[in-house]
Amino acid sequence: MTSKPVKILYFAWVREKTGKAEEVVDLPAGVKTVADLVDWLKGRGPEYAEAFARAQVIRAAIDQRHVPPQTSLAGVREIAFFPPVTGG
Amino acid sequence: MSVRVQREDFDVGAEVKALTGGRTDIGAVVTFTGVVRSANEGKPLEAMTLEHYPSMTESELARVEAEAAGRWPLQASLIVHRVGRLVPGDNIVLVVTASAHRQAAFDAAAFLMDYLKTRAPFWKKEIGSDGAEHWVDARDSDETAAERWKDGT
Repeated sequence: MTSKPVKILYFAWVREKTGKAEEVVDLPAGVKTVADLVDWLKGRGPEYAEAFARAQVIRAAIDQRHVPPQTSLAGVREIAFFPPVTGG
Repeated sequence: MSVRVQREDFDVGAEVKALTGGRTDIGAVVTFTGVVRSANEGKPLEAMTLEHYPSMTESELARVEAEAAGRWPLQASLIVHRVGRLVPGDNIVLVVTASAHRQAAFDAAAFLMDYLKTRAPFWKKEIGSDGAEHWVDARDSDETAAERWKDGT
C-alpha cells in the first residue's frame, strides 16, 4: 500500500508552537491512528515536541469532525490539531 | 435554522426580525448575546482575537443546531459568531431560538451555548492592557455545563 499525502492543519497555540498553519505530509507505514501521528510528529523537531508536549490536551478533527486519539487514519485527507476550543 | 461566522457586528433586533418576521406560529423568542468583558480573571483586557477553523466551524455549528432541533420543537434558530479582533463591549456571539412556547426556546438556547462552547472550533487570544498576549484556557465549568445535557433534557 502506498502512503497518501495528508494535509495537517494547526490552530491557536499549536500553530504558534509548530510555526506553521498547515503542511502536507506522507504518513509513514506505522502511523495508523491519530495518537500514532501525534507521536510521530513529536519526533520531527523541537518545535513539534514543544507543541505536542501536553498531548493529552490536544484535540483533533478528521475531515472537519472531532475525533478521539484512537481514531484510524485510513482514508484521511485532512487532519487538524488544536487546543480545547474557547469560543462563545 | 441557520449559522453564520463573520467579522462584522450584528444587530440583535434586526436578526430577530429577519428570523421571525411574517410568522404567526412562534410564541416565544429567546436571544442570548455574548459580549467581551473589560477584565477577565481580574486582568484588564485591551482586546481579544478570535481564530477559527473556517472549513469546520459552520458545519460544526450546524451539527449543534441540528441536535437542538432534534430535542426541542423549534420553529427557527440562528447562531452568529464573530471572528477577528474584538474589544471590550463588542458582541461575540448571538443565539436565537424560536418556539411555540417559552420553555423549549429557553432550554434550546442554553443547550446551543453550552454545546458550541465545547465543540465549535474557535480560540480566543487575549491582549492585556499591558500588551501581554495569552490564549484563553478552556474551562472545566464549560465541559460540566455541556455534560448536563447528556442525561436527557
